[in-house]
Amino acid sequence: MNIVVLVKQVPDSGADRSLRPDDNTVDRGSAGNVINEMDEYAIEEALKVREAHGGEVTVLTMGPDRASESIRKALSMGPDRAVHVLDDALHGSCAVATSKVLAAALGRLGADLVICGAESTDGRVQVLPHMIAERLGVAALTGARRLAVDGATLTVERQTEEGYEVVTASTPAVVSVWDTINEPRYPSFKGIMAAKKKPVQTLSLADLGIAGSEVGFDGATSTVLEHTRRPPRSGGTKVTDEGSGGVRLVEFLATEKFV
Amino acid sequence: MTSEPSFDAYLLPEEHEAVREAVREVCDAKVAPNAAEADETGEFPKASYEALKAADFHAPHIPEEYGGAGADALATAIVIEEVARACAASSLIPAVNKLGTMPLLLAASDELKRRYLPPVARGEAMFSYCLSEPEAGSDAASMLTRAVPDGDHYVLNGVKRWITNAGVSEYYTVFAVTDPAARSRGISAFVVEKSDPGISFGAPEKKLGIKGSPTREVYLDNVRIPADRMIGDPGTGFGTAMKTLDHTRVTIAAQALGIAQGALDYARGYVRQRRQFGKAVAEFQGVQFMLADMGMKLEAARQLTYAAAGKSERGDADLTYFGAAAKCFASDAAMEITTDAVQLLGGYGYTRDYPVERMMRDAKITQIYEGTNQVQRIVMARQLLKD
Ligand SMILES: Cc1cc2nc3c(=O)[nH]c(=O)nc-3n(C[C@H](O)[C@H](O)[C@H](O)COP(=O)(O)OP(=O)(O)OC[C@H]3O[C@@H](n4cnc5c(N)ncnc54)[C@H](O)[C@@H]3O)c2cc1C
Ligand SMILES: Cc1cc2nc3c(=O)[nH]c(=O)nc-3n(C[C@H](O)[C@H](O)[C@H](O)COP(=O)(O)OP(=O)(O)OC[C@H]3O[C@@H](n4cnc5c(N)ncnc54)[C@H](O)[C@@H]3O)c2cc1C
Repeated sequence: MNIVVLVKQVPDSGADRSLRPDDNTVDRGSAGNVINEMDEYAIEEALKVREAHGGEVTVLTMGPDRASESIRKALSMGPDRAVHVLDDALHGSCAVATSKVLAAALGRLGADLVICGAESTDGRVQVLPHMIAERLGVAALTGARRLAVDGATLTVERQTEEGYEVVTASTPAVVSVWDTINEPRYPSFKGIMAAKKKPVQTLSLADLGIAGSEVGFDGATSTVLEHTRRPPRSGGTKVTDEGSGGVRLVEFLATEKFV
Repeated sequence: MTSEPSFDAYLLPEEHEAVREAVREVCDAKVAPNAAEADETGEFPKASYEALKAADFHAPHIPEEYGGAGADALATAIVIEEVARACAASSLIPAVNKLGTMPLLLAASDELKRRYLPPVARGEAMFSYCLSEPEAGSDAASMLTRAVPDGDHYVLNGVKRWITNAGVSEYYTVFAVTDPAARSRGISAFVVEKSDPGISFGAPEKKLGIKGSPTREVYLDNVRIPADRMIGDPGTGFGTAMKTLDHTRVTIAAQALGIAQGALDYARGYVRQRRQFGKAVAEFQGVQFMLADMGMKLEAARQLTYAAAGKSERGDADLTYFGAAAKCFASDAAMEITTDAVQLLGGYGYTRDYPVERMMRDAKITQIYEGTNQVQRIVMARQLLKD
C-alpha cells in the first residue's frame, strides 16, 4: 500500500508563540519548531499499516526551508522517503490554498491512503483533511481513534463528543487521526542514522503546475488584518463563605452556564 | 570579521545533536519518571531499560556488523549523558554494556564477538565487567581470582566485588590470573555466562547512590569454561582491562556531565520560582554567581569530555591522558555542581521531595569507580612525566 503522511512543522506549543507584527502570519522564525503533535500519531499509524500490510510511507510537507528539520525527524521514525513543497510564494497561504498545493502533490504521488493529523496546533482549523479529500475526489474519514485496514476497505472509529461512529470506505481515502489512536514511537538511534540517507524530493509550485498568484497572500480567500495578544488572566471571582457560600457558588456556576 | 557559517571546529555534527534530542525526548517521557522510585526502592528500573532498548540506546556502541547501532564514542557519550540527566542509575545500562563488551571489541577473536555481541545489541543480554576484588581495588593487578587450564577448558575460582549489573547481566568479562609468577602479565580475560555452573551472586550492596543499579559480588566456584572463551592471548588480560578503561572513563565523564546538567537545570528553574525578601532568589547576585560557576564548570567538563571522546573514537595516542583527565575533572565538577544545587534549594534541596539530593548522592560514585580520582591523577601524572 502506498501511504502518504501529511506532516506540518509548527511552533512548539509548549513555548511562547506569537504572530509576526509585519504580516500577521505565524512566527516560524523563532527557535523551537516541532512536528505538529497530531502528525506524529499520523506517522505512527502509517508505519503500523506498512508493518501489517507492506508498502511504502512517504512524508509530505509544505513549509519553509527549516521545515526540513521536521522532515528529518519524521524520517527518523521510519518512513521511507519525503516530499517537501518549498516555494517562497507560499508564505501567507490560507487553508484553501494549502489544500490545493497538498492535493496537487498528492496527485503526483498517487497515494492509496493519506493519513494526517486531525488538527494542527498553530492553525487549528481542522479543515485540511476534508478539503484535500474533496479536491482528490476521495472519501474523508476524519477524527479517527482507530483504523483497520482489510484489503482495500478502511474502517475507522470516528471519535465524537459522545462516543464514536464506525465509518467505512474503500481506498483511496484520507484519514485524519486524534492522539487517542496510538502511541507514537520515538526515533531510534538506527532510525536517525538511516534518515540521513533517505531521499527527500523538493517540489516547487511550478513543478505542481500552480501559479504563485493562486497561493500566498495574493491567493488568500481571507486575510488577517490585525491581531492582539490575549489579555492576561484576571484575578477571578472570590467567594468568601459567610453562610451563603453554597448559594453564591451555584449562582456563579449558573451565570457561567456550567449548571 | 564576518561570520563564517562553514567554520565547524568545536561544533557538534548535526546527527549528534539529533541523537541528543532523541535521547532527551525518550528519557524525559520514559526514564525520568522512574528515577525517584528506582532510588527509593533500589530496584533495577526495568521500564527504563525497555524504553532505552526500544530506541537502541541500551548499548549504542555495538558496531553495525554485530547488529548494533554503531554509535561512535562521542554519540555514545551523548547517549549516556542524556540518560544520566534523567536517571544516573539507568545510565549504567549503556555505560556498563560498553564497559563489559569493550574487552571483546579491543581484543577478542571475531568468533567470540559474533557469539556475544549480537544478543547485547538486540537487548537480550547485558554485559558486566569483573575486575575489582575485595582485596584488589586501586591495585587491580593484585587480584587473586585464578584460572587454571584443564584440557581444552579453564577452571575459574575467586571472588569479584562491586560488579555493576551482576545478576542482571547475562555475560561477564572476568579477569583472572593464569600465571601468578608473571604478575600483571599473567592475567587473562574470559567471557563467563550467568548460566555457567558454579557462578553465583552476593546480596545487593546498600549504597549511597545509583541505587537502581545493582552492585553485587560475583562468586566463581570451579566455573569450568571452554578455552576459546579467553579474550585475546593468555597474559594480555590486564592490558586489555586498562585499555578498556581508557575508553570507558570517557563514558563515566559523560555520566557525570548528565547528572550535573540535571541538577543545574533543576536549580535554575527553582531559583526563579522561589521568592524571599520580596523577590525571586535568582535575583540575588550571590545566587547568580553560584549558577555562573556551576554552568562554567559544567561546560569546561563537557568540552574536555567530548575532546576525549573524539580521541577514543580515533584511538589517539594520548587517550590514556585525556580519558583520565575527563573522568576526573567531570566527576569533580559534578560533585561540586550537585552539592551547590542542593544549596540553592535550601532546606527543600535536602529532602527527597526534590531530585537534587539524589543527584548529589549519585554524583559521588563518578569520583570513585573506574579508578578513583586519586588513581586518575596518578595516571595523568605518569603520562606527563614519561618523557
Ligand atoms: C494568524 C493566522 C492567519 C490565518 N489566515 C488565514 C486566512 O486568511 N485564510 C484562511 O483560509 N486561513 C487562514 N489561516 C489558516 C491557515 O492558513 C491554516 O492554518 C493552514 O492553511 C493549515 O491549516 P491547519 O494547519 O490549521 O490545518 P488543519 O486542518 O488543522 O490540519 C490538519 C492536518 O493537515 C495537515 N497539514 C496542515 N498543513 C500542512 C502543511 N503545510 N503541510 C503538510 N501537512 C499539513 C497536517 O497533517 C495537520 O495535522 C490562518 C491561520 C492563522 C494562525
Ligand atoms: C557502585 C560501584 C560500582 C562498581 N562497579 C564496578 C564494576 O562494574 N566492575 C569492577 O571491576 N569494579 C567496580 N567497582 C569497583 C571500583 O572500581 C573500585 O571501588 C575502585 O577502583 C576503588 O577501589 P577500592 O574500593 O578497593 O578502593 P581502594 O583501592 O581501597 O582505595 C581506598 C582509598 O585509597 C586511595 N588510594 C588507593 N591507592 C592509592 C594511591 N596509590 N595513591 C593515592 N591514593 C590511593 C583511593 O583513591 C581511595 O581514596 C564499583 C564500585 C562501586 C562502589
